[in-house]
Amino acid sequence: MGSARMFGPRRNEKTVLQRLLSLNWGIVLATILLASAGFAMLYSVAGGTWEPWAARQMLRFSVALVIMMVIAVIDIRYWVAAAYPAWFVSVLLLLAVEFVGETGMGGQRWLDLGFMRLQPSELAKIAAVMAIARYYHGRNHFQSRSLRSILVPVLILAVPFILVVRQPDLGTSLMIVAGGVAVVFLAGAPAWLFVVSGISVAAAIPIGWQFLRSYQQDRILTFMNPEADPLGAGYQITQSKIALGSGGLTGKGFLEGTQSHLNFLPEMKTDFIFTALVEEFGLVGAGIVLALYGIVLTYGLLIGIGCRNQFGRLLASGLSVSLFLYVLINVGMVMGLMPVVGVPLPLISYGGSAMLTWMVAYGMILSVATHRHVTIAPKGSGIV
Amino acid sequence: MSREGQRYQTFSRRALLLAGAQGIALTGLGGRLYYLSIVQGEQYKLRAEKNRVSIRLVAPERGEIFDRNGEKLATNIQDLRVLLVPEQAEEIAPTLEKVQAIVHIDDRQLSRIEQRIRRQRKFVPVTLAQGLDWETFSRLNVQIPGLPGVQTDAGLSRLYPGGNAIAHLVGYMASPDEEDVYKSPLYQLPGFKIGRQGLERRYEDKLRGGAGTRRVEVNAVGREIRELPPREEASKGSDLYLTLDIELQRHVMEKLGEEAAGITVIDLHSGEILALASSPGYDPNEFTRGISSANWEALLKDPRAPLLNKSVTGQYPPGSTIKMIVALAALEQGIISPETEFYCNGRHRLGNHTFHCWQRRGHGKIDLLTAISKSCDVYFYEVAEKLDIDLIADMARRFGLGAVFDVGVDGEKQGLVPDRRWKQVIRNQSWQLGETLNVAIGQGAMLATPLQLAVMTARLATGQQIIPRIVRETGDVTHPVFQPLDVNPFHLETIRRTMEMVMEPGGTAHDYRRSKSAAKLAGKTGTAQVRRISLEERQSEEGVLDNDDLPWQSRDHALFVGFAPAEAPRIAVSVVVQHGGGGSSVAAPLGRSIIDFALDRIAKPEPDGGAA
Repeated sequence: MGSARMFGPRRNEKTVLQRLLSLNWGIVLATILLASAGFAMLYSVAGGTWEPWAARQMLRFSVALVIMMVIAVIDIRYWVAAAYPAWFVSVLLLLAVEFVGETGMGGQRWLDLGFMRLQPSELAKIAAVMAIARYYHGRNHFQSRSLRSILVPVLILAVPFILVVRQPDLGTSLMIVAGGVAVVFLAGAPAWLFVVSGISVAAAIPIGWQFLRSYQQDRILTFMNPEADPLGAGYQITQSKIALGSGGLTGKGFLEGTQSHLNFLPEMKTDFIFTALVEEFGLVGAGIVLALYGIVLTYGLLIGIGCRNQFGRLLASGLSVSLFLYVLINVGMVMGLMPVVGVPLPLISYGGSAMLTWMVAYGMILSVATHRHVTIAPKGSGIV
Repeated sequence: MSREGQRYQTFSRRALLLAGAQGIALTGLGGRLYYLSIVQGEQYKLRAEKNRVSIRLVAPERGEIFDRNGEKLATNIQDLRVLLVPEQAEEIAPTLEKVQAIVHIDDRQLSRIEQRIRRQRKFVPVTLAQGLDWETFSRLNVQIPGLPGVQTDAGLSRLYPGGNAIAHLVGYMASPDEEDVYKSPLYQLPGFKIGRQGLERRYEDKLRGGAGTRRVEVNAVGREIRELPPREEASKGSDLYLTLDIELQRHVMEKLGEEAAGITVIDLHSGEILALASSPGYDPNEFTRGISSANWEALLKDPRAPLLNKSVTGQYPPGSTIKMIVALAALEQGIISPETEFYCNGRHRLGNHTFHCWQRRGHGKIDLLTAISKSCDVYFYEVAEKLDIDLIADMARRFGLGAVFDVGVDGEKQGLVPDRRWKQVIRNQSWQLGETLNVAIGQGAMLATPLQLAVMTARLATGQQIIPRIVRETGDVTHPVFQPLDVNPFHLETIRRTMEMVMEPGGTAHDYRRSKSAAKLAGKTGTAQVRRISLEERQSEEGVLDNDDLPWQSRDHALFVGFAPAEAPRIAVSVVVQHGGGGSSVAAPLGRSIIDFALDRIAKPEPDGGAA
């Protein structure tokens, strides 16, 4: 089986154009709708102007949309082959930020590439899922169930976790782990393992508390009782809840949000943009946005069920769970259900990193959907 | 089932499980949102409104103060100001320099401004200068486009057209003290002033008016974004009407010139105070503008005490003006009759102490009428020996001495009517007869204010318990009915007759009996000693030193009380010129002039119908 046969077009296989036409356009449309909600809110919080945020965000989204389409039509087998190298590259980049990264928000997170700021931790989120999916792709049912199989995934997750924690960015490192653990779970690792781990983590929290940085401790304490210090650390959560609640059923109307326009809301173009949206569009607007996220993410999770190869199944579902955590943490945070951890709302918050992660991940999920009938050998080459 | 089949089955089951968990989590988020926006929505709406809307006060226009004829004593004028909003200024120091090139700001004011800029929030305007003239104001307005953060503003400020003639009555306004700033939200408005002295302070609540409110939308740091209707307008404070005649008051001040003096004029029909003057005065407008420290020091250090209202605060020995009271007490007790005579040889011995008459060679044989008109002291030493001090004190009190009338002017003093009880309580000593002799000629412990002396004169003239007042609470002229005094009218008539004789040939003030007006005047002069005259001085070649030869602080107080017309009293006046010299030479001519002027004013029908 030469390389030409491995990737070349075969009988029953589609051309690029055919693949493009067979893309799930419903997902693409929902993605565009979610991004548009972001444009509208960036236009609003800027006081009704396209500058400085909305216009740039639209430009970014256009580029990201093209990237998503390109990734979607690339044969799934290329992604199988790219899984481990991608993980290595992400680890190398994380090591790079350790030495030459730009400091921001209390940690080293960015590599300034000149035209954009790259956050290697975002790349690591996707790469870790790809690498674990690739690993379990090569394991059969019994192998997947054995406890020994857990060692490689643990290694795959531990390296980026440690590097990202050191930045320090606890939130992102935990999200990397959570996405990876989801793949391990889907791959069939024994269920009791997750129960035991869950209990262990719960027991370890009091010990881990001491190792948290003081700003991280503050965030958690504030989350526990935001009203205790409404003008200090709890200010953000309190003002966010006022904005959310005062929107009522249908909101105050576009450009009419008082909490956002009068600057009571913190970080309203990034972390708290969902709050600004709910203030202006109310429970109805929030419901529509959450429903769109729900449809897109659940679809991504269930794409795996219709896929004939294990790599595609695990990749699509794992990435969906990762992205779902993004949304869950951000929305939970602005509602006062979680500590303020500085996680943006992908597609809607201003900024390129989260958007790019989302679009690349969905490129792959769509690629899995397009190539759901393709079967791949356990070694990752040829057809079973 | 194949291994692949088993693997797929596990995956599918677990994927569905996760999908379900996602669905539950999203539903949970939706539920939380429902709780916040629907269940607790009203509460959060209120909190958002509280965040957004700030109630700002609108300063009320202060009530004005009018005299009896409707002339303005205190009013509000447009005040042209220049303000600086620090946050809008690019740099503070160069901006201030540019403003200073147009408007003079002195160093003290400058340091105050810099302190304000540091302490206040950056969007709160700081007043740089006020009371600008139109020319400066226009020049500033031309320059403003090049001075970011600088604003011009036309507000209201207080003006006292009466100037220094009424300073002691109306007082002045000043910024609230730093520690009082939090007592009322109004105090925090830029440039807000409160009554600091006089009627401005006493009637602060009445004059101030009600603050209006406007609702403004503010952002998170409290900056005003826009005003939200409706606006509740401020209500102007109530005007204050005085019984004072500013023309008469000005005349009095003119006559006093540089003297340190207190003068009170009372309308006997109503008890209304027509003039309550204190000299020297000061310009209350200086306080509104912010008095310079040099001028303030000068006011404080001036020995003639321009800041004190001598008409009510100054307490002086009444001198011979008390003699009517002593005589009346003796008449009422039957100790003397109008015909009772005593012999005056210029001195009176009591024990081993000699009491002198002002007339060294004596008056000879005199009766009561002559004793008062010539102001013989020995006659009153004789009377005092037979009259208990408590009887004199009682009579003095009936005529308003020792009383506070609370007319509304700052610093009204009680004076002092000494009696046995007072001596026992204050000095812990029993009363000595010699002290009664001193009190009987208005020396000793007895003290009275010019206002009290005017009231005493008013009561002598009318036989009624005249109560003085200076504020017409309702703004209308009222004619109160006063109770008659509990004194035998014949005795009072006798006393009034003696006062007429003061102004007649042989009396101490006969030179001033008549002038341009035909009104006949009744009065009494007084000269109150403020130093002890030693035996050596009395026995020396030159005799007692003349006032002109003494330093100012040691000269006698010159007093005069009087009323006119004698046959139908209408006006009572009291004059006390501090260290002015003799009552007959200094105080009596002033009294004459003031009474003439006052009678003139009353005779003329006022266009506003103030004086009846």
